[in-house]
Amino acid sequence: MQKLLIFCAFLLCFYNTKAQNCTYSLKGKVTDFHDNTSIVGASIHIVNLNKFATSNFDGEFVFNNLCEGKLTIEIKHIACETKRIVFTLTKDTFKEISLEHHLEELKEVVVKTNTKTEVTSIEQSLKKEVITNFTDKSLGDALNTISGVSSLNTGNTIVKPMIHGLHSSRLLIINNNVRMFDQEWGDEHAPNIDINASDRIDVVKGANSLKYGSDAIGGLILIKPKKYAIKDSLFGSTITSLNSNGFGGSINSEIVKTYNSGWYSKLQANYRKFGDFRAPDYYLTNSGLENINTSFRIGFNSYEKGFDAYYSYVNNKLAILQSSHIGNVNDLVAAINSQTPRITDDFSYDINYPRQSIVHHLGKVEAYKRFKNFGKLSVQYDFQLNRRKEFDSRRGDLSNIPVIDLRLFTTSIQPDLQIDYLEDFRINTGLLVRYQQNDAVSGTGASPLIPDYDKYEAGIYAIVNYDLNESTEVNAGLRYDYSRIDARKRYSLSDWNDKNYDVLFPEFETGEIDGSRIVTRPTFTFNNISASLGISKRFNTDYAFLFNYGLAQRVPNPSELFSDGLHHSAARIETGLLTIGKETANKFVASLERTNENFGFSISPYYKNINNFIQLIPTGIRTTIRGAFPVWEYNQVNAQIFGVDIDINKKIANQFDYIGSLSLLQGDNLTDDIALIHMPSANFSNRIVYKNNEFHELKLSIHQRTVFQQNRFPDYNFTTFNPTTQQDVLVDISSTPPSYTLFGFNSSAVFYPLKKGSLQLEFNVDNLFNVAYRENLNRLRYFADELGRNVNLKIKINY
Amino acid sequence: MLTLKLKLIIKKYLKMKKLNTLKSIKLLAILFVSTIVMTSCSDDHDHDHDHEGELITTVSYTLTNGNDVVTLTFQDTDGDGPNLPTTTISGPLTANTTYTGLVQLLNETTSPAENITNEVQQEGDEHEFFYVSTVSGLTITKTDTDGNGNPLGIATSLSTGTAGSGSITVILKHEPTKPNNGTAAGAGGSTDVEVTFNVTVQ
Repeated sequence: MQKLLIFCAFLLCFYNTKAQNCTYSLKGKVTDFHDNTSIVGASIHIVNLNKFATSNFDGEFVFNNLCEGKLTIEIKHIACETKRIVFTLTKDTFKEISLEHHLEELKEVVVKTNTKTEVTSIEQSLKKEVITNFTDKSLGDALNTISGVSSLNTGNTIVKPMIHGLHSSRLLIINNNVRMFDQEWGDEHAPNIDINASDRIDVVKGANSLKYGSDAIGGLILIKPKKYAIKDSLFGSTITSLNSNGFGGSINSEIVKTYNSGWYSKLQANYRKFGDFRAPDYYLTNSGLENINTSFRIGFNSYEKGFDAYYSYVNNKLAILQSSHIGNVNDLVAAINSQTPRITDDFSYDINYPRQSIVHHLGKVEAYKRFKNFGKLSVQYDFQLNRRKEFDSRRGDLSNIPVIDLRLFTTSIQPDLQIDYLEDFRINTGLLVRYQQNDAVSGTGASPLIPDYDKYEAGIYAIVNYDLNESTEVNAGLRYDYSRIDARKRYSLSDWNDKNYDVLFPEFETGEIDGSRIVTRPTFTFNNISASLGISKRFNTDYAFLFNYGLAQRVPNPSELFSDGLHHSAARIETGLLTIGKETANKFVASLERTNENFGFSISPYYKNINNFIQLIPTGIRTTIRGAFPVWEYNQVNAQIFGVDIDINKKIANQFDYIGSLSLLQGDNLTDDIALIHMPSANFSNRIVYKNNEFHELKLSIHQRTVFQQNRFPDYNFTTFNPTTQQDVLVDISSTPPSYTLFGFNSSAVFYPLKKGSLQLEFNVDNLFNVAYRENLNRLRYFADELGRNVNLKIKINY
Repeated sequence: MLTLKLKLIIKKYLKMKKLNTLKSIKLLAILFVSTIVMTSCSDDHDHDHDHEGELITTVSYTLTNGNDVVTLTFQDTDGDGPNLPTTTISGPLTANTTYTGLVQLLNETTSPAENITNEVQQEGDEHEFFYVSTVSGLTITKTDTDGNGNPLGIATSLSTGTAGSGSITVILKHEPTKPNNGTAAGAGGSTDVEVTFNVTVQ
């Protein structure tokens, strides 16, 4: 790599242009601001002459035969802030230019490079700068800013990302190249990820996901760490965020040490605490949170070989709105009909019941070696341990005992081979072996929602990438997966026989009957085939057209097969079915993109046809000692989801930029010829940004986001008898909340109070006009409004 | 435990500060094996037999006036399961009579049956029973109180009027507002029990 750069440097150094009567030379040296060492391979661009040079091994560069006059020079280096200098050339000149190294890590990705996962992939990214804005929020909140991505919320702290209306097991979340397994199947289970540990998040809407799994029906979320420059350095940053809503905030610190030899290490830690949040008119009693997260990474990086070890610990304690704990369907009716939640106490930092307490450990070791004239072989081993405890308001001594206590352990090993020695033909192939064990920890005093099980998976994939010509690239892949799930579950005998399992699955019965319960061992084996095809075609310099096709298959998750019991926050009985089979999706995504600072856009229509789409819908009413409950059952229908995501950026004046996006989506249940449940409605957003690089890098922006009422929804309303009033009442669980528009304000400025490092101050306001609204995709929308105004102050110190 | 091992191994590696692919493969192998060992240690399955500590299977409301005893029983032994609950009424109530009422909650999935009424009594300040009747002339008043002197409703007094028929609904609220306006709707809280009996007064 270095040799190549030096070669380039020489090539460019002796590159002469044909300028007449122009004999001046500009020589220079590029050095690191911090330690004055020379920077190799920096690119020096005389913008007004369109001449290029690259600094050589000593950091030196030269331009010959320049004319007298004004020169605008831009100096770039991969890990530095781009520097622009303007001066008038009147004689042979020597310039020493120092660059601020490390800035890529600390502030933002300065160098704009196309770093898509694949050229043919249809995807969007969040960069460090945006991630930093969400330092005290969740992954789902950050991704919500991307068109076509929404979220399924439980309150305001449990935020599940949704791509094109699909979530949970239909999204693969890849954290540091490790597929997250954190009981992601539950609607109220948010991903256990600290976004502060990441450098970049890619959302792959297209089909480029085979390397990670066969079941990315919704898409893929890639959370990526940073690659460090090979040099001796020590740097870090601390961000403190304070908020008026919830009277809380977060503090995040990271420190990075890199060595010339290629070694690097990083330590990051984050603490977050909020009390009860506030809707415009009342406090949301029991809605705070407390998180402690930390991550550690160590590795060695060189062109030929390297390794990376990563460990992260996430500890989330999340309060769930107390008013959402209800006893039966009449309580639900009371909540729907009431404008305010039944409990609106004064502000408190207490986290009472209901609440979730989740600990997630993730560790991985990856090593790679490149072979001359062949490619790169890497092997990754990873493990994850997820312990989820859910506490509910319970009688007697049981309140401090979790209702749900699940421990999910996942481990996998993945060799991956990239054959890239051919110039226009690359192959990526690999294997995956994974073992997963769920342990329904005993002692909860309740039947486990998800039973004990062991799951074994093996997969093999091959993806080829072919450059058809200069501007056209084709990518095609195929994957096969085997999976086997071996569970142990006690069914209530009445349930087992009622569902006809005694006839359908006699082989699962162990013969053991314990009172009113039957001991079973359900075992399922699945074989999955998935495929993808991607084509990209570039026009001119900045236009591109992309098309992706994907065939994805997903096996039912344990919740869809086995879940069984009462969900208090939804006042419903949820039952999985052993008869659920896998779902198969055909997805088509196209995208027309223009990447240009002055006027850029991306228009991306998509169509997904999903056979045997697994959904959870109300199917009837069951009377229990608590009163009546709707029964929600998993069933399978044929479905289609289509829509378009549009993003636009336009320079409206010298320092003003406009950014806009629009998402339209429709989901149909083709089997019943009705709308699909829980689909995001049309929404659009506009943002105007003012930037002044001369004055403390001042940035001001105003944004607006409108979410329309979802008018296409299936009507699953039902009636129930209220014995208190002696009347039948309608339980309106289907109607959707009205449209809403929110405004926000952001501002930031950077100061350099010391020679080294920087201080960035941010002042932001969310929900500027304190609008009271409810969101259709919030599971607690029956109970309370969303958050009111929040004033936020962030202080970021780079050192 | 595994993370500790991981860290130890990484530390070792730091010391060596030398890496080759062979070693890293070894490292992976060690980690993999240690994981398998760890998982097989914790392989104590088949503890999926927790008793439903909170389950109430039976609500009985016993009304006594001397030798005139009427018992209303609501039983649902499979909890949230699909079997329909059964309601048993031992006989009709006598007109113009005052009964002493006592409600009892049981979990009959355990043996012997667990008396949940005691728990409710102990946490009297967090619970309250409510009684709703459609029988004309029939009134039910709570005769007991919780630790704070607010009505609890395990013990009641039921007075019948003239002959007639209708229903009696027994509701148990968890965490209601106390004191309240005496109605289940006004008390809020979440519902632990809501059962209805069809009764005759003759």
